[in-house]
Amino acid sequence: MQAIAEKIKAKALELLENGTVNRVLGWEDGEMPYDRTPAVFTKDELAELKYDHFCGANLSKYLIAETKKDGKVLALLKPCDTYSFNQLIKEHRINRDNVYVLGIPCRGKVDVRKLRARGIEGILSIEDDGTTITVHTLYGDETCPREEALLERCLCCKGKEHKAFDEVIADDKPYVEPGHDRFEMVDKLQAMSSEERFAFWQGELSKCIRCNACRNVCPACSCLSCVFDNANSGVSSKANVDPFEEQMFHIVRAYHVAGRCTDCGECSRVCPQGIPLHLLNRKFIKDVDTFYGEYQPGEDTDSRGPLTNFTKGDVEPSIVYGGDK
Amino acid sequence: MFKLSMDRIQELLSSLGTVLAPVESAGQVNFGVWSADATLRLDALHTVKSPKDAFFPQTEELARFKLEGKNISVGVPEIKDEPFVLFGVRACDARSFDILDRVFLSDPVDVGYATRRNLGTVVTLACSRPGETCFCQTFGIDPSEPAGDVSTWIDGGFLYWKPVTEKGEKLTETVKALFEETDDSAVEAAKANIRAILDRLPLKDLSLEGWGGDVLMEKFSDEKWEEISSACLGCGTCTFVCPTCQCYDIRDFDTGNGVQRYRCWDSCMYKDFTMMAHGTPRPTQLQRFRQRFMHKLVYFPSNNEGMFSCVGCGRCVAKCPVSSHIVKVIKTFGEGNK
Repeated sequence: MQAIAEKIKAKALELLENGTVNRVLGWEDGEMPYDRTPAVFTKDELAELKYDHFCGANLSKYLIAETKKDGKVLALLKPCDTYSFNQLIKEHRINRDNVYVLGIPCRGKVDVRKLRARGIEGILSIEDDGTTITVHTLYGDETCPREEALLERCLCCKGKEHKAFDEVIADDKPYVEPGHDRFEMVDKLQAMSSEERFAFWQGELSKCIRCNACRNVCPACSCLSCVFDNANSGVSSKANVDPFEEQMFHIVRAYHVAGRCTDCGECSRVCPQGIPLHLLNRKFIKDVDTFYGEYQPGEDTDSRGPLTNFTKGDVEPSIVYGGDK
Repeated sequence: MFKLSMDRIQELLSSLGTVLAPVESAGQVNFGVWSADATLRLDALHTVKSPKDAFFPQTEELARFKLEGKNISVGVPEIKDEPFVLFGVRACDARSFDILDRVFLSDPVDVGYATRRNLGTVVTLACSRPGETCFCQTFGIDPSEPAGDVSTWIDGGFLYWKPVTEKGEKLTETVKALFEETDDSAVEAAKANIRAILDRLPLKDLSLEGWGGDVLMEKFSDEKWEEISSACLGCGTCTFVCPTCQCYDIRDFDTGNGVQRYRCWDSCMYKDFTMMAHGTPRPTQLQRFRQRFMHKLVYFPSNNEGMFSCVGCGRCVAKCPVSSHIVKVIKTFGEGNK
């Protein structure tokens, strides 16, 4: 990854110097070995740019604000980030003229929470040799097979191809995606009785603290003012008054992003309570695939999404009569 | 000093009456009502949410108005008057109660908070394995000797128990039969171990130089806020996992034939925070971000004899989705960390 980071920096410098762009949207190093913060760099600040296995944050949504500013910004997008990027272009949220996309390679991003869940505490530094993560801690060294430390989204990687780019930096080493079935848990939940499934979601959603991190990080949630923030909407709420409310928030949100969610997994990555919110989205993705044919939001910028298109052959799934046509 | 084998911890907890302790639910550890079939997680350094819920719940009903014909009846919910024990509180969180006390127990006293504070007995637990995100030492907190009504240590398969306050003594009386008396030697050794780890923490030298109540305009006007706030998502994660954040909103919920008035935690990161008839006083995320850190590091010490309203628990350091947390702020502006 070090070599790739250097290549990215060199390319960024070239694009800054030849005037293609006037700033760079990337990640900067933080206080902890795993802290990476999305940041904008000028030419003088470029040394601070960091790219490694902890740069999981999807930068696409920042481009809504960045492309409203003067001049062209260089955006460093991983393959999966380009799906969100395309979806935002399609929804007219990003000004394509004001961004130069550099597609950068990715070999899966490490999730520090998965390391912590293994009981790894007091993390001082982390090494990644491509197959094993070695963590040096206050309490000795720990290792973890790399695949077991990857973000959920990376286990079900969409592939190495950038769906939007002006230029791409190719990977210098082969990387085989873990290739997990992203619908495995959805299928498990579907196979449960409705009581079991209700208990599962009640257990998960009752942890919700209404911090809105899932919504605010979500590239598909780009409303200027969310209905849940609008005091005049009648459903505005900052708090869970009863157990139903947190379910309503998450279910309404899942419905709103259905057919547009690219399955980038940011919602689950940022949830402080570890709620597997991506499962709600994947259930909708699976249903859309089943009813309308396989569709991947963000693969392009001009196709009509299954839920915003009408064809005579459309199914009419009914909540009353089940999924029959 | 008393001790008890950890094999008998259930026996102890079931003798304490209502106990709130770190319990695991759906894979996360938070303070919750302990029962014999709960998964007790005294090994978890931090709960996701702090224990402040016990005194200052995230949501609380304040009043209920009901329309009956031309009359409006007003009901005020009773506050539970059952004593409880808050067990397994870390030193940082114990300090946070001192900070919250300054807010809620000064005139006009917050009745709900005061009632719950009186009913609760705080049993703290020393941190045998501090984490890399910990910086309580910056605020003069000693995690090897946590405050509270009773201090405890877990070491070598034993729980060591030391009453600190009168309330703690009273609680001890009720469970004394379970304990055996012991000297301080084991606890002193445990403390020495903890202090050796504290010396190796990456944030052990984090300095607050340059912060405090007398730098208001200088810090407020600093241009660095723009850069450091730029990644902030405007979510409330930092606020809601924070043990010292104390801002709340009061809202009316239309029940169809009346109003349920409730109070809930608010977050200065939210755009309708302190919304007034004329609009919001902080229309940009920069201003909202600045508010949070100015409150903790400048306004609060200015109003409270220099007391900062951060305890260095590190929850926001671990949980901020984009790692724009208080340590970064302290270092970016503070003069003592160059």
